[in-house]
Amino acid sequence: MKKVLIIISIFALVLSFSVVAVQAEYPDKPINYIISFNPGGESDITARLQEKPLEDLLKVPVNVTHKPGGGGAVAWSDFQRTAKPDGYTLVGVNIPHIIGQPLQRKDAGYSTDGFNIIMWFHFTPNALIVNKDSQFKTLKDFIDFAKKNPQVITVGGSGTYSANHLETLRLEKAAGIKLTYIPHTGTGPLVPAVLGGHLTCLMNYSMLGVQLKDQVRVLAIASEERVPFLPDAPTFKEQGYDIVGGAFRGIAAPLGTPKAIVDKLANAFTEVNKKITEKQEPLGFVMTYATGDKAQELTAQMKKAYGDVFQDISKEKK
Amino acid sequence: MELFQETFLQLLHPYIIILIFSGVTAGLFVGAMPGLTATMALAVLLPFTFTMPPLEGLVALGAVYMGAIYGGSFAAILVNTPGTPSSIATAFEGYPMAKEGRAIEAIYVATISSAIGGIAGVLFLLLLSPPLARLSIKFGPAEFFWVAMLGLTLIASLSEGSLLKGLLGGSLGMILGTIGVAPIGGETRFTFGLPVLQGGVEMIVALIGLFVLPELYNMATQGKAALQEVSISSERGVSFFSVLKRVLSMPGNLIRSCIIGEIVAIIPGAGGNIANLVAYNEAKRTSRHPEKFGTGVIEGLVASESSNNVTVAGSMVPLLTLGIPGAPPDAVILGVLLLHGLRPGIELFTTSGKLTYGFIISMGLAAIAMVPVGLMGGRLIYRVIFKTPYYFLVPTISLATILGSFALRNSITDVLIMIILGTIGYLLKQVGIAPAPIVLGLILGSIAEIGFVQSLLRGTAYPYPILKLFENPLSHILIAMTLFSGAWPYISALYKRLKGRIKSKEES
Repeated sequence: MKKVLIIISIFALVLSFSVVAVQAEYPDKPINYIISFNPGGESDITARLQEKPLEDLLKVPVNVTHKPGGGGAVAWSDFQRTAKPDGYTLVGVNIPHIIGQPLQRKDAGYSTDGFNIIMWFHFTPNALIVNKDSQFKTLKDFIDFAKKNPQVITVGGSGTYSANHLETLRLEKAAGIKLTYIPHTGTGPLVPAVLGGHLTCLMNYSMLGVQLKDQVRVLAIASEERVPFLPDAPTFKEQGYDIVGGAFRGIAAPLGTPKAIVDKLANAFTEVNKKITEKQEPLGFVMTYATGDKAQELTAQMKKAYGDVFQDISKEKK
Repeated sequence: MELFQETFLQLLHPYIIILIFSGVTAGLFVGAMPGLTATMALAVLLPFTFTMPPLEGLVALGAVYMGAIYGGSFAAILVNTPGTPSSIATAFEGYPMAKEGRAIEAIYVATISSAIGGIAGVLFLLLLSPPLARLSIKFGPAEFFWVAMLGLTLIASLSEGSLLKGLLGGSLGMILGTIGVAPIGGETRFTFGLPVLQGGVEMIVALIGLFVLPELYNMATQGKAALQEVSISSERGVSFFSVLKRVLSMPGNLIRSCIIGEIVAIIPGAGGNIANLVAYNEAKRTSRHPEKFGTGVIEGLVASESSNNVTVAGSMVPLLTLGIPGAPPDAVILGVLLLHGLRPGIELFTTSGKLTYGFIISMGLAAIAMVPVGLMGGRLIYRVIFKTPYYFLVPTISLATILGSFALRNSITDVLIMIILGTIGYLLKQVGIAPAPIVLGLILGSIAEIGFVQSLLRGTAYPYPILKLFENPLSHILIAMTLFSGAWPYISALYKRLKGRIKSKEES
């Protein structure tokens, strides 16, 4: 009898603890922030910058962990299958990756709509970059040459069906030219490729334009307006091509996460975004503040924009 | 000159010295744990460096990086498991030495060679950056393809006897490397419908599985740690200075290995994991007694450990001058530079010269710090490994392998892959297929694939795209080297036979 009583009281104790845990205000334990790429990339560095101010705001530890592979798909598929919607497991998400992979792979293991996007916090616009010694001084030179010499121009970019690749396809369509896109495994290998003259040009991000300022020329940048830290780089729009695109980075919770938690996180990330602006802008990032409905809208809008390009691709494949 | 003086003085601050020593120590332990990589150590350190002034942050990162590459040798020597891929070849000679009861001697050799390599890398970086950077960007897709082909000829010397078995192992490695999303093209292949396989087989996971598990199975089935009995009594009488003398008595080997390390380091994306194997192979090829390699030959150990530490500072050449991260850990350092508003390029050496040179020289100091840290840490790790009975050691190391492969990307699948590969590795070892060629195939397979496909794509507009592989002079040099290296076993056999014939004629 005594034993039973002890067991019951232990149960009661455990139960009361868990009730307390439910009632306590979110967050009351460490938050796991998953990055689906290797350490050292744009996503990782951003998360590292966010870590400290987030901890100050939320008053709990924020642990940045990595689960690289498959261009992000390994982490994302695992996240959608296993993460609990309690706000303690968050994952970094990227456009166009989360749009392109489910469209293009037979089974990416996750779906674009399977995330509860908390916020898109910044954007790195695509940029058309040539070596400083290149014969192409302007976008016009470039397109004129491409018209006369189909497929001769080689364009290096990061990944297949990535932001870089899709922008190249959009440029081909908009200007009526044929280029040869050569995918690379990341931004790192693109640098020697353009500096060593192995490629005609790169379609990469504003960041690389900033990083290699003295050694390259940015012919066009795919943003609405010029980027503050690349004032000499004209936009595609200025030069008559309606091309705006790049990579958005943001943060997502699992579907079904209570709205109160998502809102709280959105507010925290917004605050943090303001705090780290001065670190990020000089690197070529464009800060964005899309939360709540605006975040969903942005995803939908990009899905539509890229969807058209993908339809063209699958038509061509047939 | 004034700049140099100032640079040096800023490094003599006690705080900086403490940073260097603690960085090397932390790096050493990370490197010694299979599965914990230099990249991870740097990533963990990253947030702390944001709050430090740039110099201190960079000094800490450089010291950890240096220590981690060196630390890989401990696990290689003591448990036949490269702690990082940079010390694969270290295990070939270091472990047999340990088995003979010469573990401390092997650790001394590794320590001295690593320090020499580390310092050599710093000197290359200080003196030769501009020309090396220019060489570095000459490597295009075609060159990468040929570098991988050249690397595959190493299989001949890694296959412990039977070339056929070595080739089988290498092919298996290359096949493993094709699992996941294609590096070029983005299609998923051989994932068998499992989303987790999209990420492919991580090299580190394969390394842990293929090298550690067979060793554990052996320890468990034989009921004792392979090294235990012989070692302790015979360890007395090895003096540090006699080992130092030995190592310094092979200047040819040291210089060659350092140059190999430097060249591999400036090739973007290669790094220590290839350097140590190439240097080892060359040491074996030029040795007067190549047949003894694999039984505990100091030359091989010197080659592996000196060349891999050269790559630490060596890979900073393309990073600091051009912004090209030569190896994964360099990407983290690039991020730190950028966040402090430092752009790679000439500015780094002029306007921010004090900081940049401070960082470079601090890596040299870290290399020197490895000697005292390594000798003390080495003894400690050695004691732990040898004084611990096998029935504690086996489960402890097993746990470490599981934690190590899990930590890599927080994935239980990686643990499963590790166990499966390890078991396969154990079985293959029974039939004479060594793990080294498999890992080599895994490393080089994707480099070859990327180079090949990109070269063909570059030729899209031309009638014979394949000719893109044969265009540049640098490719021609690499092709010649590949042919020579591939034919070497035959050349040397022929030479020996001729020599034998002449001798027998003379005798008769």
